[in-house]
Amino acid sequence: MNIVVLVKQVPDSGSERKLDSSDNTVARASADNVINEMDEYAIEEALTVKESQGGEVTVLTVGPGSATDAIRKALSMGADKAVHVTDDAVHGSCAVQTSAVIAAALQQLEYDLVLCGAESTDGQVSVMPALLSERLGIPHLSGARKLTVEGTTVRVERQTDGGYWMLESSLPAIVSTWDTINEPRYPSFKGIMAAKKKPVETKSLADLGVDPASVGLATATSRVLDFAGRPPKGEGVKVADEGDGAEKLVGYLAAQKLV
Amino acid sequence: MAPGTASLTRPRAPLALFDLDGLVAPEELAIRDTVRRFVDDRVAPHVAGWWEDGVLPIRELARELGDLGVLGMHLEGHGCAGTTATAYGLACLELEAGDSGLRSLVSVQGSLAMYAIHAFGSDEHRDRWLPAMARGEAIGCFGLTEPDFGSDPAGMRTTARRDGTDWVLTGTKMWITNGSVADVAVVWARTEDGIRGFVVPTDTPGFSAPAIAHKMSLRASVTSELVLDGVRLPADAVLPGAAGLSGPLSCLDEARFGIVFGALGAARDSLESALAYSQSRIIFDRPLASYQLTQAKLADMTLELGKGVLLALHLARLKDAGRLAPDQVSLGKLNSVREAIAIARECRTVLGAAGIVAEYPMMRHAANLESVLTYEGTSEVHQLVIGRAVTGMAAFR
Repeated sequence: MNIVVLVKQVPDSGSERKLDSSDNTVARASADNVINEMDEYAIEEALTVKESQGGEVTVLTVGPGSATDAIRKALSMGADKAVHVTDDAVHGSCAVQTSAVIAAALQQLEYDLVLCGAESTDGQVSVMPALLSERLGIPHLSGARKLTVEGTTVRVERQTDGGYWMLESSLPAIVSTWDTINEPRYPSFKGIMAAKKKPVETKSLADLGVDPASVGLATATSRVLDFAGRPPKGEGVKVADEGDGAEKLVGYLAAQKLV
Repeated sequence: MAPGTASLTRPRAPLALFDLDGLVAPEELAIRDTVRRFVDDRVAPHVAGWWEDGVLPIRELARELGDLGVLGMHLEGHGCAGTTATAYGLACLELEAGDSGLRSLVSVQGSLAMYAIHAFGSDEHRDRWLPAMARGEAIGCFGLTEPDFGSDPAGMRTTARRDGTDWVLTGTKMWITNGSVADVAVVWARTEDGIRGFVVPTDTPGFSAPAIAHKMSLRASVTSELVLDGVRLPADAVLPGAAGLSGPLSCLDEARFGIVFGALGAARDSLESALAYSQSRIIFDRPLASYQLTQAKLADMTLELGKGVLLALHLARLKDAGRLAPDQVSLGKLNSVREAIAIARECRTVLGAAGIVAEYPMMRHAANLESVLTYEGTSEVHQLVIGRAVTGMAAFR
């Protein structure tokens, strides 16, 4: 069972995040960059499947040189090796362009199962697994809260607002996972120290056979035209309770169309 | 905008101001971050309650710490992670930011009990105990101090008498961390040939370890008396590699090194909490943090904390290079604990009355650090060690 986990480095959602005003892309240099939180659940799930079925877990990321930190984190949790696609031409790519790059990288790998987080905390476009499914011609099982593999069949429980669906498909397939699926392990110290010796293969667009002109901000299918900072928090409304406090509170909520 | 509230720069965490991460290797930072996250997730939400109740879920925590690789992390082989001393120090700092009791559990397991078996034990001792102790399935303690012999361990009264090929241990040890929960005790005793160490399974008849009650410090830690009432051990229970006091004293150097970092964790946690409080607490219509007297306190504490960490990192690099001398460990232990307790107490003053309740950590840290100031060599003894080093004259007695 060979599993590829898609991992993305994102600015830490817990600290201040900015766009670069020169081209309206994510300002990575000034950010505290971390592995996308949801991806840790996908890694954990891959490791769990590997522990019961054997095989290898490969981490695949597309990102600048500093994305090696996210790769190390995944390797220290227990993944076996990594492929890092890095090429300046990718900067500013939209999800559609990025999916072409990832698909090309996946085609150079052997996989039975591709796992990824259901969303990233930066763009939150959340369409990558669907785009890859289309490009690779493999089934897409989205939003899993539970996953089991038996032979060449994968079954998942797809989490929805109203309950869950039972889905099943043949392998190879791509599955996206929510944070309800498991509890990611802490990287062990042995894992952390072993990670620096694990193979990380760096690939350019040329290595993947992707035309640099087909990716990047200039030909992106979507781009940020303008942005503005969040307006400062206004003064709160003080409700003085003169025996009618409850009435005033409900009145306020009703005026805001919250009740 | 009222005077004093102008915010020209974004506030930075006290240690971030020193920009120290570049002094540490990436995998050492990764180890630190893992321990920090573990403490945030598993310890911080509960520790005030544990402390108040005088309990610590040692078995559970030991297994989790074992899974991470914390226990005996700086030892090589036998299931130990084999990290640098620097990584071990940073882990101690994060653990003690949780609570000195948690760091004590780890220090005693890894630096005292496991280190003694690793350094001085037979292959059989190592195989039997180290992998289980590294996993946190077996807990160890270390019996050197006695009721009347702390700074003067050479005066110990516990004896190991030969009876045929067996050894028979008799005596009392005191202030033994992990004692009542331990599976194995490394016990030091007087023999006809000087002081020797023994590996004592705690289910051996004659061994008991009543817990010491009514502690006002290290409440989230088990502290015990060890009673050795004719404990009969086979000939191979003795640690073959240690003869005389140099054996146990080298173990204490290991544990002290962890405290050099650990105590600063308690200080950092106190300072971060006081900083956050001072920024949100409004007094006379302005944040407490905007007053000059408060800023003087915060600035002085930030400086002492950063200086302490710099010294600790320097000592760690010396240790990793195999050049750290015991009197250099004294420099670090004395400085870290003395400054940490001063910081914790000063932080309490920043919070005013609120500083005395368990919701905030500084009172707990300050109370814990009273023990840390004394154990593994009192501040006074470390002053004497440093005094001897610079004068060439010993003033211990």
